[in-house]
Amino acid sequence: MNKADYKNVYVFAEQRDGEIQPVALELLGKARELADGYGEKLVAILAGYKIAAKAQTLIAYGADEVVVLDAPELKDYITEQYAQAIHQVIEAFKPRIVLYGATTIGRDLAPRLSARVNTGLTADCTKLALAEEDQEFLMTRPAFGGNIMATIVIREHRPQMATVRPGVMQKLAKDESRKGNVVTFEPKFDSSKFKVKLIENVKEAKDTVDITAAKVLVSGGRGVANKEGFDKLQKLADVLGGQVSSSRAMVDAGVMPHDRQVGQTGKTVRPALYLACGISGAIQHLAGMEESELIVAINKDKFAPIFNVADLGIVGDLHKIVPMLAERIAKEIEK
Amino acid sequence: MNIVVCIKQVPDTTEVKINPVTGTLIRDGVPSIINPDDKGGLEVALELKDKYGAHVTVITMGLPQADAVLREAFAMGVDKAILLTDRKLGGADTLATSNALAGALKAMDFDLVITGRQAIDGDTAQVGPQIAEHLGLPQVSYVMGLDVKGEGKYIVKKETEEGYQTLEVEGKCVLTTLASAFKPRYMTVAGIVDAFDKEIEVWGADKIQVEESKIGKAGSPTSVFKSFTKELKPAGEKFEVDPEQAVELIVAKLKEKHII
Amino acid sequence: MNFELTKTQQLFKQMIREFAEKEVKPLAAEVDEQERFPIETVQKMAKLGIFGIPIPKQYGGAGGDHIMYTIAVEELSRVCATTGVIVSAHTSLCCAPILENGTEEQKMKYLPKLASGEWIGAFGLTEPNAGTDASAQQTTAVLDGDEYVLNGSKIFITNAGYADVYVVATMTDKSQGNKGITTFIVEKGTPGFSIGKKEQKMGIRGSATCELIFENCRIPKENLLGKIGGGFKVAMKTLDGGRIGIASQALGIAQGAMDETVKYTKERKQFGKSIAQFQNTAFQMAELETKVQASRLLVRQAAWKEGLGLPFSADAAMAKLFAAQTAMEVTTKAVQFHGGYGYTREYPVERMMRDAKITEIYEGTSEVQRMVISAKLFK
Repeated sequence: MNKADYKNVYVFAEQRDGEIQPVALELLGKARELADGYGEKLVAILAGYKIAAKAQTLIAYGADEVVVLDAPELKDYITEQYAQAIHQVIEAFKPRIVLYGATTIGRDLAPRLSARVNTGLTADCTKLALAEEDQEFLMTRPAFGGNIMATIVIREHRPQMATVRPGVMQKLAKDESRKGNVVTFEPKFDSSKFKVKLIENVKEAKDTVDITAAKVLVSGGRGVANKEGFDKLQKLADVLGGQVSSSRAMVDAGVMPHDRQVGQTGKTVRPALYLACGISGAIQHLAGMEESELIVAINKDKFAPIFNVADLGIVGDLHKIVPMLAERIAKEIEK
Repeated sequence: MNIVVCIKQVPDTTEVKINPVTGTLIRDGVPSIINPDDKGGLEVALELKDKYGAHVTVITMGLPQADAVLREAFAMGVDKAILLTDRKLGGADTLATSNALAGALKAMDFDLVITGRQAIDGDTAQVGPQIAEHLGLPQVSYVMGLDVKGEGKYIVKKETEEGYQTLEVEGKCVLTTLASAFKPRYMTVAGIVDAFDKEIEVWGADKIQVEESKIGKAGSPTSVFKSFTKELKPAGEKFEVDPEQAVELIVAKLKEKHII
Repeated sequence: MNFELTKTQQLFKQMIREFAEKEVKPLAAEVDEQERFPIETVQKMAKLGIFGIPIPKQYGGAGGDHIMYTIAVEELSRVCATTGVIVSAHTSLCCAPILENGTEEQKMKYLPKLASGEWIGAFGLTEPNAGTDASAQQTTAVLDGDEYVLNGSKIFITNAGYADVYVVATMTDKSQGNKGITTFIVEKGTPGFSIGKKEQKMGIRGSATCELIFENCRIPKENLLGKIGGGFKVAMKTLDGGRIGIASQALGIAQGAMDETVKYTKERKQFGKSIAQFQNTAFQMAELETKVQASRLLVRQAAWKEGLGLPFSADAAMAKLFAAQTAMEVTTKAVQFHGGYGYTREYPVERMMRDAKITEIYEGTSEVQRMVISAKLFK
């Protein structure tokens, strides 16, 4: 393998039921920056069935070129079918970098391909950058349950591959006027290797609330006291378009269900806003939420440890502040 | 039916703490456990043993002390345990690890390989699919349910972001399981009493069918450029004010951070 | 000399701790609150072989050792003293005397089902007028043809109602005093045998503690356990073993209260620092930790001797005396360290304090333990 033969930044543009997934657009945003850094092309790989019309979307979000693989075999994602197809793209075009979304599809396909082409793969990256001195591709990811960050390099193998967590990178503003090439690529399939058949694909409206997906969490602890207290929090969460979560104390007390619990024995959350109401902030709780982008704490006890991690701390009575805040924010949003 | 379950000994990352002064990981006193997704896989295999009399072999790659997870697996009910340990395997990334494990699997007779989706110390979810590729076998990852259909066919339930898929797999395959879907059984008292009388097969690199250039550090395309702990952010401001002022302070902050 | 647990014991501790944390602890408050026998936990424990830890494999047990058994009772009691005593009474007070004194037929008949947890065991010694003075037995057993006829009643019997097999002490010859006492195996459902009133207790409220009533209860001659007139010895030896179980229970309660208090005092802040940072807290906790560890050494020494077949009566008494006192002291202080919260049911320490008290009373009060220890000292 000659490293110099490998050029351009590729993004696997994940689609489901013919819809481009948001993570693909996010990847294009970051990959644009990487491709510009190298002065090379940004290429999107679009695989599916009757999918070609979507190529323009990828160009509008930053791709210079779209390689379209349109085949009935690629209608639904199945590992081997996709691995064969994308493998042929890699063989034919020799990308420097290939990025995938860290989804159940990307995390299934990318490792399979890394073994097939014998190259490195960095999982679940939260940061991608080029080193200033030598333009080495630096892939940074959390490890050890989020306790440390590791920056990974792939020095001698190509392509350099990474999966990236959805929601981490920023997509570019859509530019309908952008022009790019659309290249059709016809993969050859060896159907003797197709051993997996999709019987059904079930989409469930999940009735349990996924607090890990919420952008805003209004979270209550012992200070909230009871169900009525949580109703106040719910109103505030509704106004902010968020969800209500809970400390362990209120789950143990039977006031809140376990799927709402934040902390070591509950869930780890990283919302844009974590509003901690009447939560003292035991270590076990902090472990589950200290990564939140903005932490606002309301607590009567001015020595509560929650204030050690809060960006803004209010010493006061949540039962007064929370309803007033909900009202005030509702007005603010109307404006 | 012969099932091989690949398990990993991992530090219990929920017990890991950061030294607030040095910012380094405190690994002292952190218990080592069977990786939770792998333990889910062990449960799947043992259920097949209960139902169909499957023979369950467990293999782990690691330092000699990784035998602890094999003893635990014995106490849960597996039939055979292999410890793959060799200095030549050290420093491996996921690809080199998968090459070593696939090499070991090639030296074994199996119908089904099960491993956890991902390990909690790395969270990469790569080794399972990579093993499948090296063996040239189909894979299903994120497995949350499994039925044996007969004629060597499996009905597999796979978790997706939106719900689940039902897949039919023909013949030998590699499955990666989710801890959340399979509650592992406890070790039994009798199993524990017998666990240390059973023999663990210890395999070195010479026993597995793989080129030396593909294992250990030499066989690892990725390397760690640097690792660091995230800086602990300093405590923010704290105000003891009346509710009206408190509301204004919060609203100002939310505006500043573009939450509203 | 080696103070380390063997690898087997360590692995066992890992299992039982995980089981206790995940399966037992979540029910502890409810079982206490509702005075409910945790039958679902009993079934889960049965599946894992927890009811047959020190019973030899030939009788269907796990073939484990006495140290493992103490670890089991300790770890269960650490989160739920009710669950701890169910296992302790079953193992020490029913399985052990059958294993020790039973005929081969009796062992083959009862032990496999007891070890698997299909059957639960209990022990009937205490009577309204025979508490600490166990020799004052008033329940009688009279031979009539091929059967013994039992009349009388027993009180404060742990596992009563839920148990399938009862080892019962009776008076077969009053003129012989202690040597007139004889033990029998009585099965649940035997005509004339019924369960009386259930006690409402201060602690271990999920454990079933009831009266046993015998009214012309006829049991086959083969159910004689040990020799005629040998019952007092059987009972005393059984209690010696039982004391190690109760000492383990006390130890577990103490450890549970320590763990809760360490966690709480590290988190709880007053005057700007955690209350663990106050020397008053730290030094008192150091004292308590030392006593808990000393209890553990006494418990394990007694179990180790029992396992080797050495005399262990005084060792068991010392272990129970000290562990029970420690449990009471630790739990009382744990409530104090928790302040107002400690007095509420929001935290488990008030339950632990109520649970601890019984360990100073049953299977020989602390006073009885002092009698046993001093008798050996001054013999």
